[in-house]
Amino acid sequence: MNIVTALLKTSIGKKIIMALTGAVLIGFIIGHLVGNLQIFSDPEKINAYAHFLQGLGPALWLIRLFLLLCVGLHIWMAVLLWCENKKARSQSYTASHTIQASYASRTMKYSGFIVLAFILYHLAHFTVKATNPEYNEMMWTLADGTVVPDVHLMMVAGFSSLTVSLFYLISVGLLSFHLSHGFQSMFQSVGLRTETWGRALKVISIVLSLAYFAGNAVIPLSVLTGKVSRPDSSIEAVAESVSSHLNTPSG
Amino acid sequence: MKVKIKVWRQKNQESKGGFKVYDSPELNSNMSFLEMLDVINEDLTDQGEEPIAFDHDCREGICGTCSLVIDGKPHGPHQGVATCQTYMRSFEDGDIITVEPFRADPFPIIKDLVVNRKPFDKIIQAGGFVTVRTGSAPDANAIPISKEVADTAMDAAACIGCGACVAACKNASAMLFVGAKVSQLNGLPQGQAEKDNRVLNMVAAMDEAGFGNCTNQYECSAVCPKLITHDFISQLNRDFVAATVRKSFKSKPSTAKL
Repeated sequence: MNIVTALLKTSIGKKIIMALTGAVLIGFIIGHLVGNLQIFSDPEKINAYAHFLQGLGPALWLIRLFLLLCVGLHIWMAVLLWCENKKARSQSYTASHTIQASYASRTMKYSGFIVLAFILYHLAHFTVKATNPEYNEMMWTLADGTVVPDVHLMMVAGFSSLTVSLFYLISVGLLSFHLSHGFQSMFQSVGLRTETWGRALKVISIVLSLAYFAGNAVIPLSVLTGKVSRPDSSIEAVAESVSSHLNTPSG
Repeated sequence: MKVKIKVWRQKNQESKGGFKVYDSPELNSNMSFLEMLDVINEDLTDQGEEPIAFDHDCREGICGTCSLVIDGKPHGPHQGVATCQTYMRSFEDGDIITVEPFRADPFPIIKDLVVNRKPFDKIIQAGGFVTVRTGSAPDANAIPISKEVADTAMDAAACIGCGACVAACKNASAMLFVGAKVSQLNGLPQGQAEKDNRVLNMVAAMDEAGFGNCTNQYECSAVCPKLITHDFISQLNRDFVAATVRKSFKSKPSTAKL
């Protein structure tokens, strides 16, 4: 049996795929968070960073495809494993009893699916801008004179909505919860966890999840409380430009 | 003391089962759980009803024959104890105790509380053999083994193959059993020659039998009457990865190509 069949066909192989793709995705979300935290600096900083990412060209698409592959495999394997697990216990017990399985570990499929829904919304919101076409009008002029999308303003405008902020907080909360089991679980699946450092791993896993949640939560909270803001004129300018577009008769 | 038992009755594998409630006669609190079932069965036999079928053999916690899920937990309320060594003093007078068979599709119900655990035998068979030197008896201690390695192998070998790990796992996964059986030999010098084939074949037999997958929740080790640690699941995963990688790249002898 070669590596590919072992990964895709055996029970342990599928769990290893879950672990490896999970590791990539954890790496991505941490990088993403660090990038986002630049919102606390001058708008110039995060806008220049976003421009740099956009400027990667084909490399950006390679990274995106790789991440999409990881998300796809992670979900595909989760569904396959879930189906097999259902089949292995078609009749459940009358008396249910849980001894040491954590709540996070028992709700991975629910937290996972809500996070997936959030990712789709998040892409539609900030990447494709399908939900908020006015974001296309938000532009920033960098120090060297290049005009780039104003990511800072998009974030401030997005999180000014209480509904968006709440959905965001709930979603990153669930993602952190998903992570609290997922992070330690991936070490077990590839055979690196032992009782010798299992307790430390548990602590690392929980601290990491809490830190990740705190890092994410602080962004919408700062916008809502006005700690991160933009002069009203920049938002009004966009609103005016959008309405003038709408009022211009087309054709 | 007296208890009521709500017990699963099922005539055979094909028939549909259901719960029935029975009152126990007056019990001595120092009776074992199985002895309680024995006295209920005596009553049932006297009344002309079919006695409750359940598995049992040594009744001293070493054979792995007894099973039962008692109030949702395989082998009853205690930790590190099999059903046969669970005593009625662990319950209160008047308790209603739910008794179900191990539920896993690879373990079909034969009758009432008796399930067929043959897939475990198939996994053991798939593990193959250990090459040993035949002829005159070897010198004692001819192979040096560190105390730690020997003790860990012994921890794994403590598995009595009862199947409680499968019964407790919400996915009916057999990873703790297979992990223990693989680690028992793979850690020792005598088990090295067949190490890779052993893990690959045993995992294949486990998958073939239709057990579920491990979701790292460790309910298995929590109910294990021999307290087998889930470190052996981690060890199984590690051995599986190493064996798969080696098998994928290592050159094969000419006889293997025939």
